[in-house]
Amino acid sequence: MIADFGYGVLVVAFLTALYSVYAAVYGELKKKPAMVESARRAMLLTWPLLTLAAGVLVYLLVNDHYEVQFVYEVTSRSMPLYLKVTAWWGGQAGSLLFWSWLMSAFTSLVTLRKWDRDREFLPWVIVVGGVTMAFFIGMNVFFENPFAKLYQTFGGEIAAYTIQPANSILFTPSDGRGLNPLLRHPGMIIHPPMLYLGFVSFVIPYAFAMAALITGRTDDRWIRITRRWALWAWLFLSAGLVLGGRWAYDVLGWGGYWGWDPVEIAAFMPWLTGTAFLHSVMIQEKRGMFKHWNMLLIILTYDLVIFGTFLTRSGVLSSVHSFAQSAIGPLFFAFIGVTLITSVGLIIYRWDLLKSETQMTSLLSREALFLLNNLLFMGILVVSFWGVIYPLISELFTGQKVTVGPPFYERATSPLFAGLMLLMGVAPLSAWGHSTVKTLGRALWKPALGAAIVTTVLAFTYTRNVIALVGFFLVALVILVTLYEYGRGALARQRSQGENIFVAFWNLTGRNRRRYGGYIIHLSMMLMAIGILGIELFQVETQGTLAIGDSLELAGYTIKYKEVASWDNPGAGVNYTRAVVEVYDANGNLLGNLHPRKDFYFDTQQPMTIPGQLASLKDEVYVLLIDWEPINQESTTFKIFVNPLVNWLWLGSLLFLVGVIIAAWPDKDPQRVTVRAERRARQTSAAD
Amino acid sequence: MKINKFVIGGLLILGAVVFLIWTSTAATSEYFLTIDELKAKGSEVTGRNLRVSGAVIGDTIQYDPQTLTLTFEVAHVPGDQALIADEGGLAEALHQAVLDPTRSRLKIVYVGPKPDLLRHEAQAIVTGKLGEDGIFYADELLLKCPTKYEEAVPEQAASN
Repeated sequence: MIADFGYGVLVVAFLTALYSVYAAVYGELKKKPAMVESARRAMLLTWPLLTLAAGVLVYLLVNDHYEVQFVYEVTSRSMPLYLKVTAWWGGQAGSLLFWSWLMSAFTSLVTLRKWDRDREFLPWVIVVGGVTMAFFIGMNVFFENPFAKLYQTFGGEIAAYTIQPANSILFTPSDGRGLNPLLRHPGMIIHPPMLYLGFVSFVIPYAFAMAALITGRTDDRWIRITRRWALWAWLFLSAGLVLGGRWAYDVLGWGGYWGWDPVEIAAFMPWLTGTAFLHSVMIQEKRGMFKHWNMLLIILTYDLVIFGTFLTRSGVLSSVHSFAQSAIGPLFFAFIGVTLITSVGLIIYRWDLLKSETQMTSLLSREALFLLNNLLFMGILVVSFWGVIYPLISELFTGQKVTVGPPFYERATSPLFAGLMLLMGVAPLSAWGHSTVKTLGRALWKPALGAAIVTTVLAFTYTRNVIALVGFFLVALVILVTLYEYGRGALARQRSQGENIFVAFWNLTGRNRRRYGGYIIHLSMMLMAIGILGIELFQVETQGTLAIGDSLELAGYTIKYKEVASWDNPGAGVNYTRAVVEVYDANGNLLGNLHPRKDFYFDTQQPMTIPGQLASLKDEVYVLLIDWEPINQESTTFKIFVNPLVNWLWLGSLLFLVGVIIAAWPDKDPQRVTVRAERRARQTSAAD
Repeated sequence: MKINKFVIGGLLILGAVVFLIWTSTAATSEYFLTIDELKAKGSEVTGRNLRVSGAVIGDTIQYDPQTLTLTFEVAHVPGDQALIADEGGLAEALHQAVLDPTRSRLKIVYVGPKPDLLRHEAQAIVTGKLGEDGIFYADELLLKCPTKYEEAVPEQAASN
């Protein structure tokens, strides 16, 4: 009954989204502001409606309503409460609802903003938001109903239906299938929502871009309005990617964090276009250039978001043998096709309005380097996209399916990433408009010399690996240039304002949040690069079968096997096997105990291998329990990785969050400040 | 003149990206074959980088924890999405594949930890080379269990 109510609410939400689109277009074309206002309110209404539908679904999940197919498929009685709630996005139908729900929260928020200065955008923002939302809610309403119930016909067949078929009875399984053990992890609480928030919030800048094209108000107003939206979207998307990597590293037990699988790439591609977008909008704001390009980037980001949602959720690409598994596949492609063609058509329609205001003259000017940055990001995008679609292309032309794996991506993208790092080092020193080798060289030689010294020291003390040394040189260069820029600004402030150096740093960042937040992001990227270089180039591994008291050596560490124990937890439906190993450094000092585990889930008959990790800034010792002898404990097999520098990756991610938050933190609205100042002036004059 | 240097620069970058894609594809691409296709090609593809997909036959899974050597057999599943759909979806296709004794089979050898997802009727996607002895030596092993979960697990769940 309650499930039917949930479905009913979904249908109403779907109609509401459609109505808002209709009312916005009608009201705008017929010049009836009341209709536009009605559309705005309809848009506002979608959020409470979807919250209600989602609430019903969570209620069903938490209360073990296994007659509902979705609940049956993603939960079981033995799962803890938090996993029953998060199972909401553990399957296709629920995660589509989750998408729509987040989307409605964002569109509602955006309709609540002050529109006084941008009234003409409003109806079209509603149209774009409404169409996108109606598409996703429609998926739930027509194809992937999370509230469909299981019915048994007299023939004995059991299937899920939205409406009870004739001659059937409701079928209630006693327990659900349960969520995949690999998804039963606290990462499930945060990783998918972050990724989704990132996906969804990129719809807002896209909506404003379309509104700008439709209304012909193609100055940088739409960029200024959506700059923070784009930054927050980017923050969420980046956090989602990093959290996914960390989750993989912690539970998947293969000693890595990123496998270049198509689903990961699907989430990475909008990140690439989004990052390029964040950089290139600055040129439009400063120099009035690249207007077509920015439009194209946000359109690409939007459609890659839709594409990514489709891939990450449906898993169609996890084997190249399985495109379009369900009815929604072709619809997604149709939606992407239609939005892409419409949006690009609008750019062409407004082509002349988007002409650049200035010409680029100098190859080394800031704007030229920004352009180069964009081209490199696009290069990585093309490589990634090529890797994903290559099997289809090769089959089309040769009749033979040929695929590429991680080595392809690593080989093809690493020079491009290196180019980006070099740009991070050079671009902050170049000037807008005009720069020459001479002016750049004068600014660059000190940091470059410093980086060369650091690299030389590393070559004698740490590694002779050429790729690593090139990487470390670039890292050092970017860090030094960034700190140099930062320090120069702070010193100038200290001199002119008479502030002490820490206050100067603080105020410098506060006054130019975007610039210095950006620098912090660059620094964080370099920390992440150190971690990536470390684990990619220097990871070592070994394995061995040990008796209690035996030890293994790897990269200067000694791993000593102490004991193993196995016990059941009937309440959670899991058997745990946990080993205890001690880790010693080269001098025989005990560094700590590790507890690699193997959990076995009874309901799904699946084991899960959980590593023991000993973290430090230098290395991480990562121990996996592979196999053990239950009776005499004499032969227990371990696999051990030493992952050098990998923790810089996670540290860098934290610094990254700080940088983006600084860059995205709301400024005081200048207009409101003036209004307040005027009011104050008026009050004072009235008091006079 | 002014525009030319930017066009040249852009073309250089474009050329570099095309070059990177071209050489990397040539150096790392793998033929994706079904087991029937592999058997048909036989020695023609011995020693080349290959990727093969099949249904895991549970009884054949053997694991030696001393050497971390894993051996198992996979049965042919169709490569074409339409054929899989005809058999009633991937789960049903895998089920049919392991039941049918006439399907061609391939023996796989893989050295490494035994993946958590390796089980009867899982879909295995292996990357490696076909040996002279007709055994497939895998460097990488990916597994998918569509029978159990609607949700796809990230691929690297079972790799390496």
